[in-house]
Amino acid sequence: MKKNEVPQDEGNLSKSNMKELIYATDEEGNYTTALSTGWEPKTIALTNSIDDINERIAEAKTKVKEGKCSPIVYFMELNKMDLPILASYVGMWKWRVKKHFKPKVFAGLSDRVLQRYAEAFNISTAELKKFKAD
Amino acid sequence: METNFIHHQSAHCENGVASNLLRHNGLDISEPMVFGIGSGLFFVYLPFVKVNHAPAISYRPLPGSIFNKVAKRLGLKIKREKFSSEANANKALDENLKNNIPTGLQVGVYNLTYFPDEYRFHFNAHNLVVYGKTDTDYLISDPVMETVTTLTHDELNKVRFAKGAFAPRGQMYYPIQVPVAVDFAKAITTAIKQTCRDMLAPMPIIGVRGIRFVARQITKWPIKHGTKKANHYLAQLVRMQEEIGTGGGGFRFIYAAFLQEASVILKNEKLKELSLEMTKIGDLWRDFAVNASRVYKKRSTQTDVYNTLSNELLHIADLEEEFFKKLKKAIS
Repeated sequence: MKKNEVPQDEGNLSKSNMKELIYATDEEGNYTTALSTGWEPKTIALTNSIDDINERIAEAKTKVKEGKCSPIVYFMELNKMDLPILASYVGMWKWRVKKHFKPKVFAGLSDRVLQRYAEAFNISTAELKKFKAD
Repeated sequence: METNFIHHQSAHCENGVASNLLRHNGLDISEPMVFGIGSGLFFVYLPFVKVNHAPAISYRPLPGSIFNKVAKRLGLKIKREKFSSEANANKALDENLKNNIPTGLQVGVYNLTYFPDEYRFHFNAHNLVVYGKTDTDYLISDPVMETVTTLTHDELNKVRFAKGAFAPRGQMYYPIQVPVAVDFAKAITTAIKQTCRDMLAPMPIIGVRGIRFVARQITKWPIKHGTKKANHYLAQLVRMQEEIGTGGGGFRFIYAAFLQEASVILKNEKLKELSLEMTKIGDLWRDFAVNASRVYKKRSTQTDVYNTLSNELLHIADLEEEFFKKLKKAIS
């Protein structure tokens, strides 16, 4: 890529006034660096991922509302986590966390266990317990 | 307290931290040189591991391996420490800063408050340098940022003890011994040989063969998983390629810059020619990203577009195979 071809598209970086460094060649073909505000294909890829996460959050919310899963699932998606990541944050086996996805099991959880989830989600135990998907 | 550390922005975090720390210790080494000598160019496809709900593709070796290889090949000594207790981790870092040692850290991205929200994913192989501390903040040199920044004590603690794959466990590292004269020529030759070996490895998921594997999978994704999931996979592929550590085109350009520097040091004209060739391959990676992004943006349902993309990637794999064979010959 030549220095004058380094993309300067609007994107997620330019919104917060950030620029990334890119290696490109000058007129003589020698390597130098240039700053880029963003590149459209990257913005599209990132937007796609964010849309995907938002869809997952909405889906989890509906399921909590319908009583098909516990609020833990909703907060897991909200925090962009998946099962292995959540299990690692709360320090429990994956199968145990998975059990807590069930509303019935969730209702019987002790405050000590709920506390671990609340900490991982950066909320209070009450917020987790009383979460209503409205 | 503050150390007299100079921040240089870089394209990739691990190269940047290594280059900045070594420059601070009196060894003038550029980002491309670190990347090349650390054999940073790599490719591995792990279809059975899922990252962000898509198959894992990595354009780089394991975290830490670039700096470790640079150290080994240039005869430097790096100290690395991991901690099980947060208090000890903080104490060790503060001790270093008191002794005027800017310190590299492996951190998780999710709680890096100076990143835009959209970039904050659970990705634990990011690197930065802490070069000072005030009553409330740590002074941070994050090599992908234009200028230095800060994190509160609590925020730094969180990113050092992020959980999940590659959990940093408070890992900190810093050079403890940097020789006055280093043999760049020998290190470069060894490094190039390894990169050629990696990229031409006779394993289906690594290097050129790995790229071909992904290319063939692309045509299967829409049939096996439907268009929506296939497009999500493609988007992840492009993000891994151009965003998280600039693996595809970006890495090719850094490697081309390395070959250009290397051709001067080794007095090898052939490397300069090959640098040009690598630049062209990098441009093709970028074209691939453009075309892939068109597919998942329009959400086209034809299977034909996936075939076109697949062929594009196969073509890149062919060119790279030829390239690394020539590179191997050029230094032997």
